[in-house]
Amino acid sequence: MEQIVADVFRTLADPTRRALFERLSREGELSVGALTEKASISQPAVSQHLAVLKQARLVGERRAGRKVHYRAEPEGLKPLVDWLGFYAQFWTDRFDKLQQLLSEME
Amino acid sequence: MMAEILENTKSIVVQQTFPHSPEKIWRALTDTDLIAQWLMKNDFKPIAGHRFNFRAQPMYGWNGVTDCEVLIVEPYKRLSYSWNASGEQAEGGLRSVVTWTLTPTPDGTAVRMEHSGFRPEDEDGYQAMSGGWPRIVSRLGGMAGELI
Repeated sequence: MEQIVADVFRTLADPTRRALFERLSREGELSVGALTEKASISQPAVSQHLAVLKQARLVGERRAGRKVHYRAEPEGLKPLVDWLGFYAQFWTDRFDKLQQLLSEME
Repeated sequence: MMAEILENTKSIVVQQTFPHSPEKIWRALTDTDLIAQWLMKNDFKPIAGHRFNFRAQPMYGWNGVTDCEVLIVEPYKRLSYSWNASGEQAEGGLRSVVTWTLTPTPDGTAVRMEHSGFRPEDEDGYQAMSGGWPRIVSRLGGMAGELI
């Protein structure tokens, strides 16, 4: 859980990747070419960022002949806003700290 | 010690027995300086109806501020406060309750914490957040500097 959250967070911390993800989420499926047109970086650089987004499960792809279409996968954001999962980890950590504090108190 | 997620009531329960008296544990749960040492910065007072905040470093699409109100104060036995999202995240955001129950045992005190009131959409929060998930992403951008 923690690791997944860290991966998603690190992936979206990059402004270029975030911009690509936002565009896919607004405009639906796009090819690398279409994505590159409006980006200020080269096509190989866009492909590289897409690979990172895919790794973090934030972007999916569909092959049609020789073309690959990319789309945003909002499910990939779920670990960031899954409060039950977040607080389960949170309270486990805080109980450890409480135990530590109690052992130091008079 | 592990947090247990109760699927039917959508709550989190953590229980642990500490080799300390209920009085001492009560102090750790209700003294603002002590709370800050193990939980978060706060302006808590053990008075039913008192409104206060917990403040943590923002992260994971969370602004770090929790709006609370003291609901129940039964010294050395039970403490309960609401635990709600704040500011622009309040609307459609988390609304929950944290309840502490202390029970003396031969070895010390059993401490039970129940965090309840999660709704199904709190598991699937990206749908519930007003404005949808692209807004979460732009918020993440602002926080990235503090975390990484």
